[in-house]
Amino acid sequence: MEIPYTVKPRPDTGLYNAKVGIWLFLASEVILFGALFSAYILLRVGALDGVWPNIKNAWPHGLLNIPIGTFNTAVLITSSVTVVFAWAALKMNNFARFRICMVITIVCALGFLCIKSFEYNEKFTHYELRLKSGKAYTGHIEVNGKHPGFWDFGSIYNLARLETDKVEKVKFTADPPKAKPGEKHDESTPKHEVMEVATSDIAHLDAFIPRNHTFFAIYFLITALHGFHVLGGALVLAWFTFPGSKMWLTEPERFINRIEVGGLFWHFVDLVWIFLFPILYLL
Amino acid sequence: MANAKTTSHGTSADQAHDHHHYEPGFWSKYIFSTDHKVIGIQYGITALVFLLFGFILMLLMRQQLAKPNQPIPVIGPILEKVLGTDMVNSGVMQADLYNAFGAMHGTIMVFLAIVPLAFGAFGNFVTPLQIGAPDMAFPRLNMASYWFYFLGGVVMLSSFFIPGGAAKSGWTSYSPLASIADMAHWVDGQTLWLIGMVLLISSSLLGAVNFITTIIQLRARGMSWMRLPFFVWAQLVTGFLLLLAFPPLEAAGIMQLVDNLFGTSFFLPTGLVVNGSQLPVSGGGSPLLWQHLFWFLGHPEVYVLILPAMGIVCEIIANNTRKPIWGYRSLVYSVLCVGFLSFIVWAHHMYLTGMGTKISTFFQTTTMMISIPSVIILTALFISLWGGSIRMNTPMLFALAFLPMFGIGGLTGLPLGLNATDIYLHDSYYVIGHFHYVVAPGTIFGLFAGIYYWFPKATGRFMNETLGKIHFWGSLLFMNLVFAPMFIQGMKGMSRRMYDGGATYAGNASVLGLNTFISHAAIGLAVFQIPFIINFFMSIRSGKKISSDNPWEATTLEWSTPTPPPHGNFIKEPVVYRGPYEYSVPGAAKDFSPQDQQA
Repeated sequence: MEIPYTVKPRPDTGLYNAKVGIWLFLASEVILFGALFSAYILLRVGALDGVWPNIKNAWPHGLLNIPIGTFNTAVLITSSVTVVFAWAALKMNNFARFRICMVITIVCALGFLCIKSFEYNEKFTHYELRLKSGKAYTGHIEVNGKHPGFWDFGSIYNLARLETDKVEKVKFTADPPKAKPGEKHDESTPKHEVMEVATSDIAHLDAFIPRNHTFFAIYFLITALHGFHVLGGALVLAWFTFPGSKMWLTEPERFINRIEVGGLFWHFVDLVWIFLFPILYLL
Repeated sequence: MANAKTTSHGTSADQAHDHHHYEPGFWSKYIFSTDHKVIGIQYGITALVFLLFGFILMLLMRQQLAKPNQPIPVIGPILEKVLGTDMVNSGVMQADLYNAFGAMHGTIMVFLAIVPLAFGAFGNFVTPLQIGAPDMAFPRLNMASYWFYFLGGVVMLSSFFIPGGAAKSGWTSYSPLASIADMAHWVDGQTLWLIGMVLLISSSLLGAVNFITTIIQLRARGMSWMRLPFFVWAQLVTGFLLLLAFPPLEAAGIMQLVDNLFGTSFFLPTGLVVNGSQLPVSGGGSPLLWQHLFWFLGHPEVYVLILPAMGIVCEIIANNTRKPIWGYRSLVYSVLCVGFLSFIVWAHHMYLTGMGTKISTFFQTTTMMISIPSVIILTALFISLWGGSIRMNTPMLFALAFLPMFGIGGLTGLPLGLNATDIYLHDSYYVIGHFHYVVAPGTIFGLFAGIYYWFPKATGRFMNETLGKIHFWGSLLFMNLVFAPMFIQGMKGMSRRMYDGGATYAGNASVLGLNTFISHAAIGLAVFQIPFIINFFMSIRSGKKISSDNPWEATTLEWSTPTPPPHGNFIKEPVVYRGPYEYSVPGAAKDFSPQDQQA
């Protein structure tokens, strides 16, 4: 006996095996990301009242770049549309159009990851500084006149590292103060306050990286996990588009099923981002 | 997802290719097999080895409890050589090793022994046969699932040998304890525990997807939902529990891994002081978050442990009472209710965390609710015995013993589910007694019953009845002698986490003597497992041969295949005409009417 319904749907369920499988897998993924969203909520609710960075462990607001996030959302939604076009093209027996649509999908996926990596880099080079005097700032540092490179983990400093490296002072360029809601920004204050800070005056210094605050921890964890899903999905779709597309000639129906299943996963990855974007960037 | 031999699009060239595949070599036939029966047996053997290993860890812990801080005879010096003097000093088990054994005993028994045996082994071997399928829906995922499990096991075991030793923070790995237990090493036992868990979770995810798809899609013609054997229903619900309950632990595991390796504070609160100085982390995390995520898995996991055993027991009781199961539909609806409710009872493990009385009240209510379908299942199985002419063979003895043993386990759970009484009993030996009654004489008896029952299908030979009965009566007696005294110790207030067995606490003086008693009983239990091991290996070669493919005269489809079933299972496609338990149908020629026998 052979395994039935690998290609044709079972009459009473209307589904072929792989489609049942992918829906179940996605159900499990929903719970996985659901757990992380729950963690986000619990950590945020448990954070202290007040304004970060003036109050340690208060929840930071407005640190993520909303225009870039919006653009990235558009990129992913586009890829979700093109993956459907690709599937429809196969249904209409148009392999050339299928391939074009898939290539657009994959390019969008890689574009998303590229943009995300610039966003990540922005965080690796952005700092929180609290002085022993009680003043707190966010901004950028310059140690020994050097600027960090792209994804340059080696040049991330915190107070402990400044002390072990015997760095006596750092140049700190503070972010411009934010206008309070309903208040006009005071044009007379300098946009960037630049100061020389002695290491001995620093109470806390660290980049916007996971160890610095649970906000960054959960932000990086969820977006990285999502990023791996994007990467994994893009690899599978690329396989279907190029080496795996030989199946189109031998078993077209099964190949269309594969694209459908891959597309379902791709929509899920897109959907996770559609939840991530407002929760992390906007709220 | 299927490979060439499983597609329905075979051309003549493909079929020639297939023919080649039906004569696989040793490696693809027994090691990297995609045949559900071979994978089931792989799961079974690996899980039994882990079951024995977890049991040995416990025997060593019982030695320490009975004779605190005295050298372990014979094994002590060997352990000292293997694990180092930090763990065993002049033959004496150190507190760290006791903690590591405790954590690993729990982890191994739950994740590496019982679940793989109940779900991986029995589920794999029996489910496709019972629904009349040629194999699982995704044979290669099935193989991957086994190898993820195997790898997870290897990672878990290897953690004993790294500097600092295995995880020491209990099978629950509560943060922040799990993050600070071994600060001297960057990669410690806890790290490997978490990596091992991620592998095991991947394994069970693949398994769950595969089982559910198989049961939905590959039922034979005529196998409607209400004709499914109860075992298949139990496996289906178990599959959903694994699919939906495990991901939160995966999320939590990743978060704890990042906490331990990269200094984040998901579970580390602000101002945590360790060894007199404040921990240099950002803080702001929540220890309660770990417990919620862990127990969201942890409680459904209890039903993952028990439901397959209930399924096995149901099959065996129907077969050996020679009459239909009483209340098949109520069993099915109950098992669905249990599955659903098991997702909303988790915080009854957390009454003492200060999460608030209102939340406690909610979870107390749902906990009392879930006992109703559980009792319905047990009651239906008890009533099924009424008026039957019962065949007292070894599988039936184990199945019968399951009922009262699981009953004791379940009823002693009620005081733990009520949050007022739980305040007193929490974290005492009473808890250990309770859940071991559920899992050890409960689930494990169910699994033993299954091994004796399906052994003839897998090998073509019966297991020896005499050795089986010795195994049964010895195990039943000593299981009770081990676990019943724990209720007394617990009600006296003895904590479950003392590596000296509570000898340093004056309040325990009156129940300390029971420690020695329990340890002796545990040795007795070990002795009575020897007949099983001998029986298992001896019967493979020289057990009594079966005279037909259906030696127990059963009704379900697995007995309609050749013995042992070949690749593809059925010679011709089975068609189902009747329900699963049509025994002693009035007017029928025999006292059993197989599901594929035409009406």
